[in-house]
Amino acid sequence: MRLLTKLGLAAAACLLWASSAAADTTVKWLHIEANPAQVKIWEEVARAYEASHPGVKVEMQFLENEAYKAKLPTILQSKDRPNIIYSWAGGVLKTQIEAGVLDDITDSVKGYSDTLTPAALAAFTSNGKVYGLPTALSQVGFLCNKDLMAKAKVDPAAIKTWDDLLAAVRTLKAAGVTPIVVGGADKWPLHFYWTHLAVRIGGKAAFDAALRGENGGFAGETFQKSGELFKQLVDLQPFQNGFLGFKNPQAVGYFGDGKAAMTLAISTVYHLQRALAADKVGLSEDKICWFDFPVVAGGKGAPTDTLGGITGWLITKGSPKEAVDFLKYFISKDVQTRLAAGNYIIPVVQGADVGLNNSFMKLIAANLAKSNYHQNFYDQSLGPSVGRVVNDVTAEIAGGSMSPQDAAKAIEAAWKQGN
Amino acid sequence: MARRIAIASPMGVPGETAPHALRGPSWDGRFTVLILFLPPALLLFTLFVVLPIGEAAWYSGFNWNGFGRPTNWIGFDNYRFVLETRAFWLALRNNGLIIAVSLAIQLPLALTLALMLAERFRGAVALRMLFFMPYILAEIATGLIFSFVYDGDYGLVASIWRTFGAEPPHLLASTDTAMLAVLIVIVWKYFGFHMMLFIAALQSLDKSLIEAARIDGATRSQALCHVVIPLLYPTIRLSVFFAIVGSLQLFDLVMPLTRGGPADSSNTMVSFLYNNGISRMRVGYGSAIGVILFVICVTFAFTYKRWFMRNE
Repeated sequence: MRLLTKLGLAAAACLLWASSAAADTTVKWLHIEANPAQVKIWEEVARAYEASHPGVKVEMQFLENEAYKAKLPTILQSKDRPNIIYSWAGGVLKTQIEAGVLDDITDSVKGYSDTLTPAALAAFTSNGKVYGLPTALSQVGFLCNKDLMAKAKVDPAAIKTWDDLLAAVRTLKAAGVTPIVVGGADKWPLHFYWTHLAVRIGGKAAFDAALRGENGGFAGETFQKSGELFKQLVDLQPFQNGFLGFKNPQAVGYFGDGKAAMTLAISTVYHLQRALAADKVGLSEDKICWFDFPVVAGGKGAPTDTLGGITGWLITKGSPKEAVDFLKYFISKDVQTRLAAGNYIIPVVQGADVGLNNSFMKLIAANLAKSNYHQNFYDQSLGPSVGRVVNDVTAEIAGGSMSPQDAAKAIEAAWKQGN
Repeated sequence: MARRIAIASPMGVPGETAPHALRGPSWDGRFTVLILFLPPALLLFTLFVVLPIGEAAWYSGFNWNGFGRPTNWIGFDNYRFVLETRAFWLALRNNGLIIAVSLAIQLPLALTLALMLAERFRGAVALRMLFFMPYILAEIATGLIFSFVYDGDYGLVASIWRTFGAEPPHLLASTDTAMLAVLIVIVWKYFGFHMMLFIAALQSLDKSLIEAARIDGATRSQALCHVVIPLLYPTIRLSVFFAIVGSLQLFDLVMPLTRGGPADSSNTMVSFLYNNGISRMRVGYGSAIGVILFVICVTFAFTYKRWFMRNE
């Protein structure tokens, strides 16, 4: 009996402690940012917010990209879920909305949302309801190492078509330079090739048609052809040795170490390579060049079409109102300008791009402004079950274990199964 | 005395003692114990074993992404999808490979080392510990360590290759070698465990039987083949059981090493389940894989018990 009394007392004490602790609000913020310099600024922003809002605590939690994607469904259905989570919008967001694990924040962001780039906000809006706020835009393209390109006498500015790229790979190989580094173990870095080729070959029309199941869906001509062109590149063996065993951070570090001439990457890698390089210094800005993904002869996509991310933050179901409030503070013009000034993001708050002070980031911002069709990453856009198949099959084409035709059919089969 | 030993042995047959207990004066006490301790155990077993299995079987009939309640009933389609997937058969083949390597290489190696190290000589204990060490190491840590060892740029394997002046291979990044590399780690990691089992069994053998054989004129190897090994059969059968069940469950070594890749070439059934069921939020599909794996394991366990461990 004595034990029971003790247990009872302990339980009561716990309850009391819990209720007194609940007087303060904690906003739990789960992110996947691997660049310590950027996280440091975020921390400062969070502390500044806490200082001006007594009783509110902003708690940052970190998960590595792949781990985050794998755990997200479980995290979201837990009672102890974080309040603010990272999102790439697209099909994954759609699934989350349908499952009812997100808060509709339309009313809380009324007025404020007008300050955001409409296209970016639209990615987080469904049926007129806002479920999250965008934070940054990015573009996928080729980052290159000026020294290595010069060593092989390849002019990056002259790489305009797919054939130019293939020629450049041959020249680089002949000069003893590893042409391209890619994190094949994570698979999604390989899917950029296949997806971007599809964007160039078929444009927006082909993607929309595939979603409606027209023209053979994802097994149709556009997607088969993107596999075939990708195969042309793969056959030249352009990647570093053992590329299928490289995780993306490793690959980015490899580029930062100056061991490969190019990498097809998200524009943020421009900075990330420094943090992930072996010496933590990486390539200085004057050593990096950039060219847009080459066009394909006869392709229906416009050269200005872009592939990239629209990333942002979602508010999970049942979060305190402080979570939205903090998010608005975090995606305010001041903070965005500051992050833009550090060249970490292409901002989504109108006018914050004045902060951009680096020619590379200005170039990306200009590219995105010119783009009439910004395709979100397929693996996000198509939702987890189909998106992962896209990643799988592109890795299989790269590894030589699947034909482009079978790859396209596998995606269509997954799309039909999932929808 | 004999009866006490029967109870103390983990392989003891509890049923043997029950009739005595029923008639014995302590039946009331035993009944109270039963009433007190059976329900919690039964409840826990039901909650954490029976229900999840039932749930998995139920989920496997739905096309479900893991959010909310499943509603889209598709019957046995998930099983059909699984069986139509090439990667599933690859995973099954890999599990078969692991079992084959465990039985054909790992256990004989463990037995040979055990026969050498069961003797008392200087350094025997140290050697035993040395060989047992890999088993103590956590699987995840082992995987991470070996992913460095195998690294084609900086790894141990690479530097060995370079001393021979050859371009080092990336073992984990090629569909031809990834599974082989995983198999080597598996043998390295688990042989020590089986060796310890064999050593324990060898040390509890009745030495007089071996001495009798030697006095009767048997050579060392004859005594080994006709006396020692037959006496080890119960332990060998147990070891084989552990090896096969362990092989079927293998997951935590594969993830840090290859995550089942490249191109699914080193998936096991469980990593295949994880990569498809969890990473893709295809819970119904994943459940179907789980149920198939469960059926394989249970069928094996019962058959094995029935045919090989009947008397133990």
